[in-house]
Amino acid sequence: MAQVSLHHVGKSFEGQKVVKGLDLVIPNGSFTVLVGPSGCGKSTTLRMIAGLENVTEGEIWIGEKKVNDVPPGKRDLAMVFQNYALYPTMSVFENIAFGLQNRGVPKQERKRLVAEIAEVVGLTPYLDRKPSQLSGGQRQRVALARAMVKKPQVFLMDEPLSNLDAKLRSQMRIELTSLHKQLGSTFIYVTHDQVEAMTMGDQIVVMNEGVIQQVASPISLYHDPENLFVAQFIGSPPMNIIHAQGTEAEHIGFRPEKVKLRSMAKEITSTAALKLEGRVITREILGSEVLYYLDTNRGRIIAKSSADEFIEEGILVELSVEEKDLYRFDKESGARVRHESIRLATGEQLGGIVS
Amino acid sequence: MYRVWYYPRKAVEWVLLIGVALVFVFPFLWMLLTAFKTLPEIYQFPPTLLPEQWEFGNFAKAWETGPFLTYVLNSFLVAVGILLLQFFTAVPAAYAFARYKFRGRNWLFGLTLIALMIPPQIVFLPVYVEMSHFQLVDTLWALILPYGASAFGIFLLRQSFMQVPDEVIEAARLDDASEWKIMWRIMVPMAKPVLVTFGLFSFIYHWNDYFWPLIMTNSDSVRTLPIGIWMLKASEGGKHWNMIMAGNVMLVFPILIVFFIAQRHIIRAFIYQSK
Repeated sequence: MAQVSLHHVGKSFEGQKVVKGLDLVIPNGSFTVLVGPSGCGKSTTLRMIAGLENVTEGEIWIGEKKVNDVPPGKRDLAMVFQNYALYPTMSVFENIAFGLQNRGVPKQERKRLVAEIAEVVGLTPYLDRKPSQLSGGQRQRVALARAMVKKPQVFLMDEPLSNLDAKLRSQMRIELTSLHKQLGSTFIYVTHDQVEAMTMGDQIVVMNEGVIQQVASPISLYHDPENLFVAQFIGSPPMNIIHAQGTEAEHIGFRPEKVKLRSMAKEITSTAALKLEGRVITREILGSEVLYYLDTNRGRIIAKSSADEFIEEGILVELSVEEKDLYRFDKESGARVRHESIRLATGEQLGGIVS
Repeated sequence: MYRVWYYPRKAVEWVLLIGVALVFVFPFLWMLLTAFKTLPEIYQFPPTLLPEQWEFGNFAKAWETGPFLTYVLNSFLVAVGILLLQFFTAVPAAYAFARYKFRGRNWLFGLTLIALMIPPQIVFLPVYVEMSHFQLVDTLWALILPYGASAFGIFLLRQSFMQVPDEVIEAARLDDASEWKIMWRIMVPMAKPVLVTFGLFSFIYHWNDYFWPLIMTNSDSVRTLPIGIWMLKASEGGKHWNMIMAGNVMLVFPILIVFFIAQRHIIRAFIYQSK
């Protein structure tokens, strides 16, 4: 177990900066998820921690040791790859035991350790098979067992679930989080899937274009995004954004589930801070909830509400959002604006029916 | 439509394949059958396909005309010696070309490819002078050492090593495996079909090689089988084709055995290559 810290870490490929001045502390025993769109530098960051990629600038520390010049095999970490990266010519047993053998663990001890781990991940009947004779899920387990058997301080995982089908993926998500609790080691997990990040991580690092956008717990990331990028990246469907127009200084955002819909036929008595009129273009029934796609004069808005009552397509409705549910972002930088004093545009300014 | 055209198309394919196969098989068959004919029958016109009288003594006679056991042993030592040496030079070279980025890599690989295109007949003179300088002419070393590194082997293995996913090597690095171990425990087993194919090419080439032993050897004790068979022709004034063919059958026999053993791997190597 160890804390991993990155001090102003940067990486350039042929003059192109892909990771820019990263400062990050990954606490001992945490399940930290690096998430972001493809090309945001999350995998490169993970590979720099692993030692598979040299850092161009800055320092990486694992525990009390600066590891910039330590080869991957000596960093006391294990990695699970997206395509498993098993040794195809070795049996499951040999795959798991290879790392131990390289460390000079005696044969009897190796046998015992492999048998132990195989039991934990349910691979005991398959120890003599080659990876090509296993299913995707079983291969994934071999990759995990290979990492676990070394009892590393830090586990690195690079999109380990993206090659599995949806059902197996959600099952493995639960297995991985319970494994993390059981081992108590530091997990660093890379994914582009924000749902995976939200469900698994206790600390989430959102990255974009080589820069950390925000580091927070899943709950505060959702409820308290630092900027426009995080607000739109986290959450499904994403946060609605009303872009600033003309002299308006700020973009305004709100979560779909915070939108209250009301048929225009009824009298408007709402005291909400934001009021819009819109027409239901289409709706998606998810079961307990319904997503409404509405056209307003400030663009497309998504609203999520309970399936207890339906609003038909084509109906004109009033959308309202309470003041406490609104987020404001700077027009230029996209950074969150937290001043409470300025009242935002009210219904009169933003209202109007889309014809 | 599919059913109507299926059988005629298959038939044409088969006829073509059999035709091509015959072109290759017939000389071989002719050699085999000639080895069993008597001398008068060989010069008979029109020639016969099957021997009128099966003469098994040609093999024994050919064997007794020279120290054939020595020839066989020398051929074996040379072909296996070259193969082992090539194997131990080609694997690290191919690994470096496939997996490391270093200054002059492309340039060096280009040189390797050029070496692939130069036949031994062009370079034999300087090599002979070199061997003679080290007093190795007329020893087995003169047959083995100049072929110690194979450009073809390096090229073939490099292609195969390049197909190994990066992650597998990275996983091995994280498993604290040395580069040496990655090469021999991960890469070489994965390239097994290609290695078998290369081994076979190399073995057959050097087992059959006539030119190089002809230049580098003067005495019977270091001569190889192809030279021995040539001597057969010389000693008999070029007339006893039945004995020469018997010698040739003895020459190709070990190769056939090796080929049948390795067949499965060869087919796999080419499937792998064209993937």
